[in-house]
Amino acid sequence: MLIGLGSLAAFVLVVGIVVSQLPGWHVVQDTFFNIDEFVSSFPQLISAFWLNIRIFIVAEVFILIVGIVVALARTLQAPIWLPIRVVATIYTDVFRGVPTILVILLLGFGIPALDLQGVPNSEVLWGTVALVLSYGAYVAEVFRAGLASVHPSQRMASRSLGLSSWQTNRHILLPQAVRNVVPPLLNDFISLQKDTALVSILGPIEILRRAQIDTSMSFNYTPYVAAAVIFIALTIPMTRFADWLQARTQKQRRAAATV
Amino acid sequence: METRLRVDDVWKSWDGVPVLRGIDLSVASHQVVALIGASGSGKSTLLRCVNGLVSVDAGSIWLDESLDVTHERTNLDDVRRRVGIVFQSFNLFPHMSVLDNVTLGPRKVLHRSRDLAREAALTLLDRFGLADKANGYPDQLSGGQQQRVAIVRALAMEPELMLFDEITSALDPMLVGEVLDSVAELKATGMTIVMATHEMSFAREVADRVCFLSAGQILEQGTAEQVLTDPQERLTRDFLARFLR
Repeated sequence: MLIGLGSLAAFVLVVGIVVSQLPGWHVVQDTFFNIDEFVSSFPQLISAFWLNIRIFIVAEVFILIVGIVVALARTLQAPIWLPIRVVATIYTDVFRGVPTILVILLLGFGIPALDLQGVPNSEVLWGTVALVLSYGAYVAEVFRAGLASVHPSQRMASRSLGLSSWQTNRHILLPQAVRNVVPPLLNDFISLQKDTALVSILGPIEILRRAQIDTSMSFNYTPYVAAAVIFIALTIPMTRFADWLQARTQKQRRAAATV
Repeated sequence: METRLRVDDVWKSWDGVPVLRGIDLSVASHQVVALIGASGSGKSTLLRCVNGLVSVDAGSIWLDESLDVTHERTNLDDVRRRVGIVFQSFNLFPHMSVLDNVTLGPRKVLHRSRDLAREAALTLLDRFGLADKANGYPDQLSGGQQQRVAIVRALAMEPELMLFDEITSALDPMLVGEVLDSVAELKATGMTIVMATHEMSFAREVADRVCFLSAGQILEQGTAEQVLTDPQERLTRDFLARFLR
């Protein structure tokens, strides 16, 4: 432990000295790591970040719903469900294949341009819908893998008790599938948290747009760095939590396997 | 005696390979029928046809002479709530407690209240010596205990017919006895049972009738005494000789 810390401290010191001796360092420092700029832009960035968080939370709820519904739709076997299965498959294929930013542009500028009566044209709304569609396709695949990881004998046992296909999904397969996919799901949500910044391309003043405005006024890039720090402050705890959860799941599996 | 189960000229192939080739079988209520035969002779497939887990290619299967399992308009959930099945590999639901495993069917399929289902489950668990395991989880139980929970789970649906698919084959030899005792106890209550088994001495003890399956056909059947001690067919003799050696 002590050796590790000592070695880490020495490493940081050496890197710090080397970087600060570089000829262009003071220009870099002034442009990217300007304390005054950092402090002055920070409060506005934080309040703009609140929009990112709202987009994230709302999108996350709908992504989970879309993911589960599409994953279940793709497991339907009976011939009568073929249309639903085809639609679900096309959905995942298309939205996993198209870059998220493209979906945001298409929906965010495209739908308001239709000028449909009764259809809202809020950029935040359509940006969020685009995120839901894009991430829903990924999360559907995660759930599908989770459902496939539950042994078929579980379905057989459940149906043998007289439970319907739907009851079997609801009480037997999904609970076990969800347990298996929590770590990869958290990964997708960490990624979603960052991608809320993509909505900035439509114009709403979320954290990235705010930082952009600040930098364009002062010609100083410190607000970008400040925005990055704010994102990291949120993603790192989530990443550590995901790691911890994954380690715990693995430990439980190992324990169960040795019994 | 009324006929609980009648299997009438049932045929089944998997990918062109015949597994059942014209099975006829009739089981009266309160009767215990043992299916014996080598692995792959069709015992498991036959049991799974009876509760509709496997669809037949031809033939029909009647419950109580009134419900045709193989008819395409038959609701298989109706069949399955009347026919209990226990598998070789237990297949308990690992994310549920023992009590939840047992009460799930009565609550969701028979629409019993939670309290009523719980009370009935505890009585059954107690009868099979599992009262202290009600709040445990499947991975905390021994194989024998898990299999007894699986039997209780099926019984909680109050089936009129029980199917046992080699329920002791995955068990440590030490644990086979407790599971077989449960089956014997079930016979004593008058349950109608069809069981695929490799436990010949147990079959002789509890079965009213033994059927020897070979290559998808019932080659020989009769009382346990007849089939197991005085088999008429050469294949039956060969099979038993390999088993009893």
